Amino acid sequence: MSNNVALARTDSPAELERFREIQRLCYECADEVAATLEPGVTEREACRRMRRWLRAHGVDDWLHTPFAWFGDRSAFTGFKTPAAFLPSGARLEEGMPYILDMAPVKRGYAADIGYGGVLGENRIWERLDADLAEYRSFILGLVRERRTFADIYAEVDALIDRQGYQSRHRKYPGRVIGHQVGVIGGILPKGVGFPFGVRFLQTIGRELVKERLEGRSPLWNGAKASEHPPTPGLWAVEPHIGFRGVGVKFEELLVVTEDDAYWLDDDLPHVHRWARREALA
Amino acid sequence: MAAEADKTVRRVRGDGVDLAVYEQGDRSRPTVLLVHGYPDTHAVWDEVAERLAGRYHVVRYDVRGAGASSRPYGSRRYTFDYLMADMRAVLDATAPERKVHLVGHDWGSIQAWEAACTMPDRFASFTSMSGPCLDHVGHWMRRRLARPTPRNVRHAAGQGVRSWYIYFFQTPVLPELLWRGGLARPFARALELGEGVRPREGHPARTLGRDGAAGVGLYRANMLRRLRAPRDRRTDVPTQVIVPTRDLFVSPHLVGGLSGRVPNLSLRTVAAGHWVPRSHPDVVARWIDEHATAATGGTLTAAESRALRRAKVDRGRRPFEASLVVVTGAGSGIGRATALAFAERGAEVVAADLDLAAAERTAELAGLLGPSGHAYRVDVSDAAAMEDFAKTVLHERGVPDVVVNNAGIGMAGSFFDHTMRDWEKVLDVNLWGVVHGSRLFAAQMAERGEGGHIVNTSSAAAFTPSRSLPAYATSKAAVLMLSECLRAELKGKGIGVSAICPGIVNTNITRTSRFVGQGDAEQDRSRARASRAYARRGFGPDGVAERIVRAVQDDRAVVPVTPEARLGYLASRAAPSVMRLLARLNVG
Repeated sequence: MSNNVALARTDSPAELERFREIQRLCYECADEVAATLEPGVTEREACRRMRRWLRAHGVDDWLHTPFAWFGDRSAFTGFKTPAAFLPSGARLEEGMPYILDMAPVKRGYAADIGYGGVLGENRIWERLDADLAEYRSFILGLVRERRTFADIYAEVDALIDRQGYQSRHRKYPGRVIGHQVGVIGGILPKGVGFPFGVRFLQTIGRELVKERLEGRSPLWNGAKASEHPPTPGLWAVEPHIGFRGVGVKFEELLVVTEDDAYWLDDDLPHVHRWARREALA
Repeated sequence: MAAEADKTVRRVRGDGVDLAVYEQGDRSRPTVLLVHGYPDTHAVWDEVAERLAGRYHVVRYDVRGAGASSRPYGSRRYTFDYLMADMRAVLDATAPERKVHLVGHDWGSIQAWEAACTMPDRFASFTSMSGPCLDHVGHWMRRRLARPTPRNVRHAAGQGVRSWYIYFFQTPVLPELLWRGGLARPFARALELGEGVRPREGHPARTLGRDGAAGVGLYRANMLRRLRAPRDRRTDVPTQVIVPTRDLFVSPHLVGGLSGRVPNLSLRTVAAGHWVPRSHPDVVARWIDEHATAATGGTLTAAESRALRRAKVDRGRRPFEASLVVVTGAGSGIGRATALAFAERGAEVVAADLDLAAAERTAELAGLLGPSGHAYRVDVSDAAAMEDFAKTVLHERGVPDVVVNNAGIGMAGSFFDHTMRDWEKVLDVNLWGVVHGSRLFAAQMAERGEGGHIVNTSSAAAFTPSRSLPAYATSKAAVLMLSECLRAELKGKGIGVSAICPGIVNTNITRTSRFVGQGDAEQDRSRARASRAYARRGFGPDGVAERIVRAVQDDRAVVPVTPEARLGYLASRAAPSVMRLLARLNVG
């Protein structure tokens, strides 16, 4: 595209490979930073570590700067205003769940990942994380059936209800369970209109208008604007469930084509963790 | 009866007195020593002793001044030193070289406290009822009066008023004259009227006049001295205090702060008056047995060990620790949230639902938050199934402490569109389900005699008439009235009953409600519309669950939950005509 700002071309293996690379980089960062988390670390400190690591590995812009939520903040307990999402001085303690969320851009290619973990032992987290596994195949199945996004959103809500949990992605701006991701570029400077990248805001703003004209939305939620079959492209999907002050989520890129869909990458830490747990059970 | 038949009497030499000692049961079994109070004799324990004699060697004696024991003259002969010497003599004669399970009532308990604190090595366990340690009371009063907050003053004054007879007994001669002059008959009458304890052979004793007169010495010799200068009395003997909540002489608040001096302490409350061994012998005997068994490391059923854990005083204890809570309709919405709220507070949960998978999920989550959860499939509208369910719960888990009759269905539409079948369905689930649950579990609770609580989920519709909800609102109004009637009857048994009226709460009841007189497609649209409206209201089931827990803790009668429910409740009383006007709106 002329201005070098585009939704991902899902028919180009080379381009998908670039997205896969940046997503892998994110998970590598999450794994490494998670390994450094010890009791007493603040959310701000964890975010600083992620930023530094990513900058050191060639990241040059952000969809949004990294987030970290510790303890009951992982379930967005008591979040009233958007500012509550920003990294706080909350300190990690033994047995606390945490979520790391980052969305870096490297040479125009972006990923957006969520990474859940727990420091030590937490029975509730174990149960929640085991149940989260179901969402990965559940959502993929529904997208493959080409059900509308709003429908899938409602099905996910019903699953959360059956499991006895609460939807936490409904707390995200726009109540989104996912959003479109593309190649980031443009004439605006790289920079952060805290916490979102300026160029990302530009992209998403433009897409909101453009997609609107076609009766679709680059944001995936349960509202009327999402009552359309899955739009081909790359979607960052982020189901987030919570129970009694414990929240877990995963976020990764889903490739939607005209008549099919698949997760961009299956070689991811949470996929392996769930497989290991499955094998033990 | 057999236990009574093998009762033997002998005389034991105490400190300058002859004591009448009564024994029953197999002497090779563990010994229980039952010490009576004032103005009773050993016979106050007849019912309890008979129940314990099958498993214990039961020893009783008439305390000096009472029954068939000697009545020394002068209050000097009634000090603790003499009383302890008497008890030692009885123990030496009946259970030498073995630890006994000590039980005291009223003055017997006051003595037993002294014994448990001064010769703890002689006792394997101690059960106290309606008789505190005098030194503890002294300390308790001082603590209250040193910090005279309104509550402390109220509690201290409450005990002060209950102790009226103690002051009177300090008066010389007059009490003796009254007892001798025929106070015995009005006393027996007062016992029957005030405590519901009917006179029977042996209690009140034929010697009551003389016992009453001689026993005044107990008060004169000990009361003031100990209350004025309380000593630091502590004991490591596993101690259980049975607290009758309607005691006219001993305030239930006296147990406050006791755990500081008695590390191994259990408290058991019972809705009873002062003479609890006479009024509730089954409960008292069972608790003595459970406590004694636990103290000596015996085997207990799951229900028994749960009861003991519930009684245990422990600082880190959660409010419903070791309680058994049954919730119907626990597979979703308010039922599931309630089950989890109780589990979170330490309760073992029985989750019942028509949808077994959903109930199992609730049980699993309850087990995650609390000690354990168990799922059962039950159709609350099916009388036979409910009988089976109640029996199964009783056998597998024991008697529940809290039952939440929550299962219900929604139905909306014009009265003319409700068929007979619709009416039956709503009433079967919403009303009969509650009737069965209340009937069966209240019977278990009453039989056990340890109280409990029943919560019935009614609705704001119970007092908010609407043309759109004729069947549903009628069924819920019936539940509200049933709860009120039941509350009145069960009050005397220490069982609380609460009706919960939630209001507009976002649960799946809107997705399963039946909109009568509509085709399938129209019905789906109505459900979706109602669900959206309820979701917009945004009051979740967790909020209702919190209120249910509080209703149980505070024993509330009717609890309208959401602001609109509270407003409706108020309006239905203050301005029923406004409610009638609003009822004409077609909101279905």
